[in-house]
Amino acid sequence: MNSETLNTLDSLSKNKYKYGFVTDIDADKPKKGLNEDIIKFISSKKNEPKWMLDWRLKAYSKWKKMKEPGWANLKFPKIDYQDIYYYSAPKGFDKKPKDLSEVDPKLIETYNKLGIPLEEQKVLAGVAVDVVFDSVSVATTYKGELEKLGIIFCSIGEAIQNHPDLIKKYLGSVIPPGDHSFSALNSAVFTDGSFVYIPEGVKCPMELSTYFRINAENTGQFERTLIIADKGSYVSYLEGCTAPKRDDNQLHAANVELIALEGAEIKYSTVQNWYPGDEEGKGGIYNFVTKRGLCAGKNSKISWTQVETGSAITWKYPSCILKGDNSIGEFYSVAITNNFQQADTGTKMTHIGKNTKSKIISKGISLGKSQNTYRGEVSFLRKADKARNYTQCDSLLVGNKCGAHTVPYIDSKNNTAVIEHEASTSKINEDQLYYCRQRGLSHEEAVSLIVNGFCKQVLQELPMEFAVEAQKLVSISLEGSVG
Amino acid sequence: MFLEIKDLSVKIENKNILKSLNLNINKGEVHAIMGPNGSGKSTLANVLAGKEDYEILNGKINFKDNDLFDLNIEERAQEGMFLAFQYPVEIPGVNITPFLHSAINSKRKRMNEEEIDNLSFAKLLKSKASDLGINIDMLKRSVNTGFSGGEKKRYEILQMSILNPDLAILDETDSGLDIDALKIVTDGVNKLKTKDNSFLIITHYQKLLDYIKPDYVHVMVNGSIVKSGGSEIAAEIEKDGFQKFQ
Repeated sequence: MNSETLNTLDSLSKNKYKYGFVTDIDADKPKKGLNEDIIKFISSKKNEPKWMLDWRLKAYSKWKKMKEPGWANLKFPKIDYQDIYYYSAPKGFDKKPKDLSEVDPKLIETYNKLGIPLEEQKVLAGVAVDVVFDSVSVATTYKGELEKLGIIFCSIGEAIQNHPDLIKKYLGSVIPPGDHSFSALNSAVFTDGSFVYIPEGVKCPMELSTYFRINAENTGQFERTLIIADKGSYVSYLEGCTAPKRDDNQLHAANVELIALEGAEIKYSTVQNWYPGDEEGKGGIYNFVTKRGLCAGKNSKISWTQVETGSAITWKYPSCILKGDNSIGEFYSVAITNNFQQADTGTKMTHIGKNTKSKIISKGISLGKSQNTYRGEVSFLRKADKARNYTQCDSLLVGNKCGAHTVPYIDSKNNTAVIEHEASTSKINEDQLYYCRQRGLSHEEAVSLIVNGFCKQVLQELPMEFAVEAQKLVSISLEGSVG
Repeated sequence: MFLEIKDLSVKIENKNILKSLNLNINKGEVHAIMGPNGSGKSTLANVLAGKEDYEILNGKINFKDNDLFDLNIEERAQEGMFLAFQYPVEIPGVNITPFLHSAINSKRKRMNEEEIDNLSFAKLLKSKASDLGINIDMLKRSVNTGFSGGEKKRYEILQMSILNPDLAILDETDSGLDIDALKIVTDGVNKLKTKDNSFLIITHYQKLLDYIKPDYVHVMVNGSIVKSGGSEIAAEIEKDGFQKFQ
């Protein structure tokens, strides 16, 4: 690698984060620390029924006995769970506002700055958005239109009040609270997130989207999202996330559960751009996320697409349990790490039913001094006759101080299973750069173009409305000067 | 003077490749450089384009009143230098159309010209492609990815006709082409030729020069130009090979 390339890489690794501002707003916060009183406080703030509080407390008692899972290739200081605020809401936010006139203009302004307008006349065309600020849901757009089709799209808090039967039946059914310490923690202290129910035979006509924003200092965000697609229905859902620049690390531990019944399809896309920390590795979000989908019925399909560019630490394995015969699970991932970021991400595909199929496409790009790991597990249970998996993991190294790691596990208890695995690791190619520059593109443009090309297979899986945004985000994650 | 190469000596990895090479090209001229394998022809092309693997030991290059060594690769390209590569590299996932669109706009920016919008560019690209007998479907593919040898060369010429360079360097563009493809490629070059632009055509075989008529032919052997003249030199080489120049 020649010196000019190294210079460009150096400037690339001076990442600029443009969502790093803080909204100056008074917040309701209980004391720091995790104990039964805090859980009771959260539950009462949300006006929850007793069964919900009991569910939380049970999860908490499990958490107390658990250790953090240790398999990931990550290094970080021990998290002090007693030094975190578990709830933060803008003052006077005991109830979700009925309409925007009740919302603090500062909040509306915050979302305008983030490019998520909430005002009726400006809402994103064809995309219904639920926005979550720290621990509470602020607003949900297009609610009325969706209700006409019988679609429920609201905050999980509202769903606990208004749709207790669905919550009791499905919450924790895919990710049991005792699964591991982060799922137990989330189950105990989750604050807000989205709830989606698509009735039988309904194809949701617009993208559903949740936008998560962490604003308050030293506050953990514990979101909980539950999506149920009834028989023969379809939904495409997208989440986006940002947080202010701070020197301290902040914890984000989300649980997302998807359930697809017979013939249903759920497409879940994430554009994760939490604050990644600065050039020296100071600050940034610790992102410990559990995402799991259950293809419960025959011929159902769950597809995960993620673009992970933010967070100091990403620990995340969106997975599919392929229980129904002929069901399909997909995982498309782009993970970009820069500076001192660490990502350990991948998926788990569990084939239970006959003729189940899964596909994994993972693209890891490492810059600066970052470490990027793909970790995946594909397993075929005894009854999974003629199940198939295709896995493709590609890593691109930009510079010579970063690392890329691929850790695939395969476990087959059925000898009719077909498994294909392809993996590649490459360095950014000097001949490609030379070619682009000979056509007049600058060194930075050329790098960005080549990296975007490398990710294309995944980016094209994103909903149209977000594909362009995601492409820009990829470029910004690479460029030092743009943003 | 449009392009003036003076006393140029270049080495790579301790091996001297170009030795006191001199070459002058005026506006509107077509020059051909012929020489056996390993004589330094491609090195000359890459040194002109600015590839960084070479060490310049001595000499000067002037291009359109610029000291060429003051410009980096992209600046030279934006100033109107184009290299049609001998082995165009594949860039998977990077679509041809936006790639060329960015390229033409980076050149226009440097020239203080207005950028060309999507629609006008698409029209321009389509008409140039059909001139070169390039299928429109090809424009939807990734740069050079999965192209046959002939397709790659044709795509180089398409890029050249879009970017409309002042100096086009064709590095063994004829290698690996059958007669039909060679005709299309050379037709493209002939159409582009005006009294304001110049061509430097590097080739191993005389065949190419049946289709493109050079004003000057230079014989390059062992890192220097040993003989210059008109197209009669090409005929001489055709007959006797490079032996007598060595």
